[in-house]
Amino acid sequence: MASGQREKFENPVIEWVDSRLPVFTMMQKEYGVFPTPKNFNYFWNFGAIAMFMLVTMILSGIILAMHYTAHNMHAFDSVERIMRDVNYGWLIRYIHSNGASFFFIAVYIHIFRGIYYGSYKRPRELLWIFGVLIFLLMMATAFMGYVLPWGQMSFWGAQVITNFFSAIPWVGEDIVLWLRGGFAIDNPTLNRFFSLHYLLPFVIVGVVFLHIWALHVTGSNNPEGIEPKTEKDTLPFHPYYTMKDTFGILVFVAIYAIFVFFFPNALGHPDNYIPADPMVTPAHIVPEWYFLPFYAILRAFTFGVNIYILAGLGLTVVALLPLFTKKTAKEISLPVMSFLMALAGVLLLLGYFSQLELESGAKALSLPLSTAFVDAKLCGVLAMFGAIAVLFVLPFLDTHPVRSARYRPWFKLGVLLLVVDVVILTVCGAKPAEGFWVPLSQVSMLYYMGFFMMGIPFLSKFEPIKDLPKSIHQSVLGGERA
Amino acid sequence: MSSSSDKSKDIQDTTKRDFLYLTAASMGAVAAGSVVWPLVDQMNPAADTLALSTTEVDLSPIKEGQSITVVWRGAPVFIRKRTHAEIEESRGVDVSTLRDKESDEDRTQKAEWLVMTGICTHLGCIPLGQKSGDQKGDYGGWFCPCHGSHYDTAGRIRKGPAPKNLIVPPYEFLDDTTLRIG
Repeated sequence: MASGQREKFENPVIEWVDSRLPVFTMMQKEYGVFPTPKNFNYFWNFGAIAMFMLVTMILSGIILAMHYTAHNMHAFDSVERIMRDVNYGWLIRYIHSNGASFFFIAVYIHIFRGIYYGSYKRPRELLWIFGVLIFLLMMATAFMGYVLPWGQMSFWGAQVITNFFSAIPWVGEDIVLWLRGGFAIDNPTLNRFFSLHYLLPFVIVGVVFLHIWALHVTGSNNPEGIEPKTEKDTLPFHPYYTMKDTFGILVFVAIYAIFVFFFPNALGHPDNYIPADPMVTPAHIVPEWYFLPFYAILRAFTFGVNIYILAGLGLTVVALLPLFTKKTAKEISLPVMSFLMALAGVLLLLGYFSQLELESGAKALSLPLSTAFVDAKLCGVLAMFGAIAVLFVLPFLDTHPVRSARYRPWFKLGVLLLVVDVVILTVCGAKPAEGFWVPLSQVSMLYYMGFFMMGIPFLSKFEPIKDLPKSIHQSVLGGERA
Repeated sequence: MSSSSDKSKDIQDTTKRDFLYLTAASMGAVAAGSVVWPLVDQMNPAADTLALSTTEVDLSPIKEGQSITVVWRGAPVFIRKRTHAEIEESRGVDVSTLRDKESDEDRTQKAEWLVMTGICTHLGCIPLGQKSGDQKGDYGGWFCPCHGSHYDTAGRIRKGPAPKNLIVPPYEFLDDTTLRIG
């Protein structure tokens, strides 16, 4: 951005502006000649696709706000009016409601890309953290947006989610009252959600700016996970990646359009076309699909922390501590770690089964002092937020020097299993919390947490370091990698 | 090189300046706090919301074994005229075995009238059990369909994820057939 080494533009108008505010020089540097690794695969499209979705959501959202009424007596009807009477209102609303789903699809693939190819690693830690922050803001925005049509799922979703905060000891109830602005979800709640739903996307734009700024300091990662060394390893962003991103966006939008025009309600819930009724709970409250894995983690806690679970967790920390304090695998004793982990596992199982209620109402395992002192509800809420919080610290949990899963077979297996695990959690979140689904979501929750908190630190020390290709250029030309 | 008197002046200046910094900073903090508080407190329930805090109910049409749901502060309140069997079943439970230890007597003013907020203490759904055809759960009281909490005939949590009994709101009997909640 330094105006010192600026090159002159031929067009006198552009030159006049650029000599006063070098925006054209900046665009040329950051999006024109910007050196970008030449070996990107299609996973690298999803940043641009997510950006496209953000703009789509803001534009369609501003239009919807012109016709929407944020009042509990009128909200539902105003949305129906948009659907029936406003010119092309149905189209704009379906673009917005399906857009939320497709924004999340793009972002979930983008996050997977980041994990699989190790894009979160040094020196891109802060870039990654901004990304997780965007994800968190998106979740808040999507939740509040879903409340606005004031259908049954809107209302009861708001009820369940604001109730999370009542799990906080001592001040929980006061926080819930403060969030809702009343003793129940009502007009004050709807009004503030509308205000914040309009505000947060612009906060997201701000954090996206920081995300891209940080990206342009470090440069992009790539499927090989090695840094570009010479000019042979890179291509100018324009026209190579402007074209490839345009192609990716067009394919993505084609699929998005199929949903908007042919299956506009496939990803929504029919109960949200019933006006909100504070006196009737729908038989089966489910959040939007993109929250289901986290909802499953919340509901996996049918048990709290009792003395056995606390001891088990404490022992797990002691067992895994060497992974963080010792420098190399040689200094860590695997037999000692395995023994401590086995012991911790036994304690956790005792803690779990001493709280498990059988059909008869008795406990599966009768033990002294088995009463939980941190209740199941608080555990569920902490685990749900923890599942997102762990992403923030991922760059510091993974200290393995190799980035890309292409050269980390153990890590690769772990990440692919994580994808399967998250899909299982999504299904569990959609099913009622009973029977077979409860233990399944508990095991899946354990893998999710275990992969990040134990698997990744373990692999950081124990996964062998493979030889990497000498350069991106060489790997593209083939030979070394099959 | 400074003389010893200069040094002591330096020290005096430093302490005086520190004092001024500290007082200025603390006044600044008080000022910032007094500006922030209205911005935070505006989100708490407004005066008109708070004004809706009592509801009177006529109990005369409710027969034994019937329940009604009334609205108090925007939320449902369950009022049930319990049968003798329900009362006895509830009073026969050993309180020390309960998750949220409350005796039946502590939860009612008159044995036959059970008054409680109809909001599951887990995540705020409305439990079933008010209508005769509803699922009432394993303990013959109320059952929350969202996450499967079972409440007994005194509205106490017996099974499932909810941590607490259904909350008994403040209420009083104005006469034999009139109840005021709030």
